[in-house]
Parts: sequence; structure tokens; C-alpha cells
Amino acid sequence: MYSQYKSQDETGLLRETASQTAGPFVHIGLALEIAGFESRSDEIWQDLAKENAEGEHIELVGSVYDGNGDLVHDALIEIWQADSHGNYVADFDNKKPFSGFGRSACAMDGDFYFNTIKPGQVDFDGKSMAPHINIAIFARGINLHLQTRAYFDDEETANEDCPILNRVPSPVRRKTLIAVKESNNGKPRYRFDIHLQGDDETVFFDF
Amino acid sequence: MSQNYPYFVARDRAWQPAQYTPGYKTSVSRSPRQALVSIQNASPSERSGPVFHNLDMGQHDNDLLMNFRTEGSQAGLPIGERIVVHGRVIDQFGKPVPNTLVEMWQANAGGRYRHKKDSYLAPLDPNFGGVGRCMTDADGRYRFRTVRPGPYPWPNGINTWRPAHIHVSVMGPSISTRLITQMYFEGDPLVPLCPIVQVLKDPEAVETMIARLDMAMSKPMDYLAYRFDVVVRGALQTYFEE
Ligand SMILES: [Fe+3]
Repeated sequence: MYSQYKSQDETGLLRETASQTAGPFVHIGLALEIAGFESRSDEIWQDLAKENAEGEHIELVGSVYDGNGDLVHDALIEIWQADSHGNYVADFDNKKPFSGFGRSACAMDGDFYFNTIKPGQVDFDGKSMAPHINIAIFARGINLHLQTRAYFDDEETANEDCPILNRVPSPVRRKTLIAVKESNNGKPRYRFDIHLQGDDETVFFDF
Repeated sequence: MSQNYPYFVARDRAWQPAQYTPGYKTSVSRSPRQALVSIQNASPSERSGPVFHNLDMGQHDNDLLMNFRTEGSQAGLPIGERIVVHGRVIDQFGKPVPNTLVEMWQANAGGRYRHKKDSYLAPLDPNFGGVGRCMTDADGRYRFRTVRPGPYPWPNGINTWRPAHIHVSVMGPSISTRLITQMYFEGDPLVPLCPIVQVLKDPEAVETMIARLDMAMSKPMDYLAYRFDVVVRGALQTYFEE
């Protein structure tokens, strides 16, 4: 009797709860350090790989820009990726060398930042997807989080054969999904800037 | 390696809010103009997702009355109406979503967030942080104890106020089921006036975000309960891949 109202479609399927923006204070709930809180006993944060994690250690960084070209300072970024063998390992555990899920937020300079390893190729439909990192973007002004993928610019052959990348019809827009390698005192760093709108608008996926 | 991941009911993007909703001004410059690229026949990347049963939860992580109490002279309980928010995470077929991470954050009873960038003139409460998290049980149930948040003004129109709300984040079994919403309170007259609520075209969609007063679960002389169920995308079936 006190159960909450549930909406059903014509087939009797319940409708998904409506989404709302994560708002400007998302850090309070999901990125406590940025909000000015101390960490709790265990947090989901930007370091996915410890020193002893298997695979090539990399940094993934980037900024988020709005349609005016201004930095989106209050974005929260979540990533989900395969391990170096191309397997998704569901168990999140900060005590293990590697976990496939992480969160970061745009800091004062506008950059989000992840410490991780380069994922392996993931099999799909008898083919192989090029190494990629799945990204979700939450922010004030975004009513339903945006979903994209970061590929790597030094994986040209794999990128050309990737069945998902090839679903993006425009070669110009496909480029928005490629992270660009930067030098960073030896440790490879890839920059993946996200443009919410405008001439270089990032490709966002529906799935 | 053989891995089985479910497929999910397609997200109904006519039901969910559009990205470009000029009544909510910030969405204007932050909404993509290009069409989304559909990944029909989702790959393991979309169908898999993290589980958090190894995340080390603190004793009071779901109890906002206790998890930010100060020591010393100001020690005490947060100011405000004591409430319990509870409910289930279920999928579109009504099946419970067990062992999934539910996170929430909110303003204090005066409508002020404990966030560096919140400068609203209502004061911070020394005993209230405004953040909680818990895992759903085997039946998909979750529970938080907190105070009812206050409404607060925000610079969208001349005199725009957010209705009292709690931000609720649910992971679900896959990144496909990831969802962040806001929970509102039954009977709040500010709900229909809010430009962020109004991004939803269908009044039924607004109803899915409104918690109901639950007298049966309230505790006499202690707290009122509100029931808030979250529906995430339905898992269709499991395939085995080589
Ligand atoms: Fe809020």
C-alpha cells in the first residue's frame, strides 16, 4: 500500500526510474576528497592499478569542455575497463593489484586523471575490439549521464578493425574517440578530452 | 575464457529526459547536438560491470545521523526531522537486484551542502556530513537513516528553488544499468515548480522519483519512514561466449 508508484509500459514491463542530473555537488557522494571530506575506510577512486598490476602502466587524463569551449569543472568521470588480458573482472577490490572500475573528477586545472593499465583486446562476436576504456560522464546540466569510449592512438591496426569503432560512420567523428599519447617522464600518458557539444563534439553511445 | 553477461532491455530515451532542456539552463551548453551512436547487440564492454561486495563499508556508512558526529563541545545529533529512507532496487521485470551499491548525498536540514562550493547562507551542521552508502541485501533492499533535507535556492530563474531531495546513485549489475536520480518527497509543492524535475516530459516519469510516506515502517517517537524503490534496466537473458 505504501509502495512507491511504478509506471508500466504497454507490455507490463516496469519503466526505469527517471534520471536526474548528478548536480554540482556530486563529489559529496561519489568523490569525497574533491568535496573536502576525508575518505571513508574504502573508496572508489582514480587508482585502478597498483605497482604490481600486470600489464602496461598508463595514465588516462583529460578535460571536459562545454559548447562554449569552457571547462566543465564539476564533471565526475567513471571508467570501466578490461584487464591486460582483455577480461572484465567484476570484483572491485582495492586490495588487489588491479580493479577495472574507477572514478575521477575534474580538478581545478580541469583535468580528470586515472592511474591504470592499458586494457587488452576484448573478444566480441568472433572479432576483437581494439583496446578501449568505457567512460561515463556525470555533471550539472547533464540530465542522463553520457557514455563514450577512449581508444588509443598507438593501436592503429586494432582500431581500424574494431567493430564498434567502425559503427561510427564519420571518420572525423571517429577521431574524437582516440586518446592521444603524451610524454610524461617515461610513463605513457594518454589524453582524452571530452567535448560535450560543438565542432569537435565527442561521440556518445546509446547501449 | 568463457564469460556470460546478460543483455538488457533497451533504455527508453523518450521516457528518460532529453539532454537539451532549455528550462534547465545549464543543459543548453552541456547537451550534445549530434545523435547518439547506437551499439545494437551490445558487447561484453557494455554488458559487464563492477560488483562491490569487497568494498570495505564503515559501520555507519548508511546512517547519516551517526557518520559525521563531531567530538567535543558541539557533539550531538544533526538538526532536522529524523527519517529513514528505504526501499528496493529491482529491475524492469520486478526482480530484486541484490548486492548492488547504493550511494546517496544530500543537503542538511537547512538546505546547505557540506561542499567547498556551496555558499548558501543556511549554516552547516557540525554533526551532519550528508553522504551515505550501502549494499542491497539478497532481496534488493537498502536503508538509510538521515534527516530530511531542506529546499534550497539556485540561480536558474529569478526565484528558483530545489524541492527537498536526496541524490541517489545505483550501480546495478552492469554499466548498462548505471543510474543517478534524485528522490523527492510526497506532497512537496516545490516539485512541480522545479526546472530540473521539468526536464521530464511524462508526469509518470516524475512519479517514479517521489518517495512515499511509509507509516508502517516509521518508528513511534523516533522517525518517519519514506519508501523509495529504484527500477533499473531489466536483464534479458544470458548467453555464453567462447
Ligand atoms: Fe541537490
